[in-house]
Amino acid sequence: MSNSEIVLSAQGLVKRFGGITATGNVNLDLRKGARHALIGPNGAGKTTLINLLTGVLEPTEGRIVLEGQDITDLAPHQRVRRGMVRTFQINQLFDTLTPLETLALTVSQQSGLGTRWWQPLGQSKQVVERCEQLLEQFHLTEVMNQKTNVLAYGKRRLLEIAIALACEPRVLLLDEPVAGVPAGEREELLQTVAALPADVSVLLIEHDMDLVFSFANRMTVLVNGTVLTEGDPDTIANDPQVKAVYLGHGEELAHG
Amino acid sequence: MRNATQSLHDLQRWKLWEPVLWLLALASPWLLSTHALIINEIAIVALFAVSLDLILGYAGIVSLGHAAFFGMGAYAAALFAKLVMPDPLVGLVFAVAVSTALGALCSLTIMRGTDLTRLMVTMGVAMILMELANKLDITGGADGLQGVIMGPLLGRFEFDLYGRTAALYSITVLLVLFVLLRRLVNSPLGGTLKALRDNRLRAMAIGIPVTSRLAVVYTIAAGVAGAAGGLMAQTTSFASVDLFAFDRSADLMLLVVIGGTGWLYGGVAGAIVFKLLQDWISSITPQYWTFWIGLFLVVLMLIGRERVIRPQTWFGGKKK
Repeated sequence: MSNSEIVLSAQGLVKRFGGITATGNVNLDLRKGARHALIGPNGAGKTTLINLLTGVLEPTEGRIVLEGQDITDLAPHQRVRRGMVRTFQINQLFDTLTPLETLALTVSQQSGLGTRWWQPLGQSKQVVERCEQLLEQFHLTEVMNQKTNVLAYGKRRLLEIAIALACEPRVLLLDEPVAGVPAGEREELLQTVAALPADVSVLLIEHDMDLVFSFANRMTVLVNGTVLTEGDPDTIANDPQVKAVYLGHGEELAHG
Repeated sequence: MRNATQSLHDLQRWKLWEPVLWLLALASPWLLSTHALIINEIAIVALFAVSLDLILGYAGIVSLGHAAFFGMGAYAAALFAKLVMPDPLVGLVFAVAVSTALGALCSLTIMRGTDLTRLMVTMGVAMILMELANKLDITGGADGLQGVIMGPLLGRFEFDLYGRTAALYSITVLLVLFVLLRRLVNSPLGGTLKALRDNRLRAMAIGIPVTSRLAVVYTIAAGVAGAAGGLMAQTTSFASVDLFAFDRSADLMLLVVIGGTGWLYGGVAGAIVFKLLQDWISSITPQYWTFWIGLFLVVLMLIGRERVIRPQTWFGGKKK
């Protein structure tokens, strides 16, 4: 696995907001099919890094390479078209639409039907079939016709991830997928995250160390906007520096 | 339980009341033959309102300058009839083409900036055009463009004094464009518009090119507003600078909100309610009718449309 090709690479990424350096010279390689976790205390710059990778923020310095091509100057929607998709730490959903409509429009856009104005949404059989698959996989079939803003939080969280998968990502960036999910609904979500296709490369930001250690085969620790260390889960769990950072912040590094 | 195909189909299926409504509308110039003039006006305003709802209710662009395209369509149609040929349909196509072109040009200005920037830019464009119409010789200046003589519709139906031909013409154009737009908002393209209205950040994150989609819908809406303006000039044989006026854009926003945004029938409903209220109240109190319209708007906004149209909920108290 460690020798497989690099699909996403951040090279010397720097982001300054005025005098504050949110990201300082970050190098990160995501390998094909990786389950890579990005951890670090609050304020370490994890979400900033995701925003840089996806194009929401423009880096002050550095390059981002996706499947061998420099995408540093591409707009967010262009990066999505090239197979890099994210989820959000705080749900970003289409509140007045139903999960079915949301997925149908996402799948349509993904399959290049997004500019068709003359045919009804759901005309294409492939689109509907893919929607049904996703609804089933994310346990959303029962609520597919309810407005998104009335769904339970756990369902909204599942939809958040289902939307990302509807974009057929080759690189998936998950920003704290189980954040704020009640314990009862957490299990459902963990299973779906674990069941992601093996050829999708995943970068996971997560505070829940149980999830991180059960999921990741590679870890990067971010502290104050820079990479503290990188390695496999065992190395990271036993790294005295990492322990110091987490214990210093009152968090426990539990081995799952 | 219904399956996904069925559910998606249901969202865009024609409801039973829709053809009934349109048949009544088409028959109305005869059923209410003494009111054909106001029916014509309502149809035109409804078309204009549907056009605003397309950008406001479906794409989330707030515009207080939509009259720019209405006025452009009106002047284009009037000038075409005067200078080129008096055929209404050809003139209408010309009016739509001109205002669509203007919309495409203006769409470059709405791509940048925040909602407030867009609001101001849309207002500015309408003001510029109003002064141009005021200043230029070809548009007749402050007196308006007079001496517009329309030919018969399809070469056969003369515009009569009672406005019956005009009303039927306007309703038919409204229906045709409404059907096309109804198709558009229920299509994948319409879906992506609703997506960027609801959450622009997420729309970008699923690969929707937000600015170019906004430009497309703005351009289409401009063309539809131009059609409404064209109908206005053709059925009144007149175009004047007040077609560009800020009041017209503001009233339009008002009636789209009264009728309900994000629902094409909202524009139609708003036009009917607003025009009838205006007609009714101004016959009782000609000078102070805007007071009552204002009061109506405040009450509607504070109480909510849902409750206003359901009197049975007025005295029910709060639900626990």
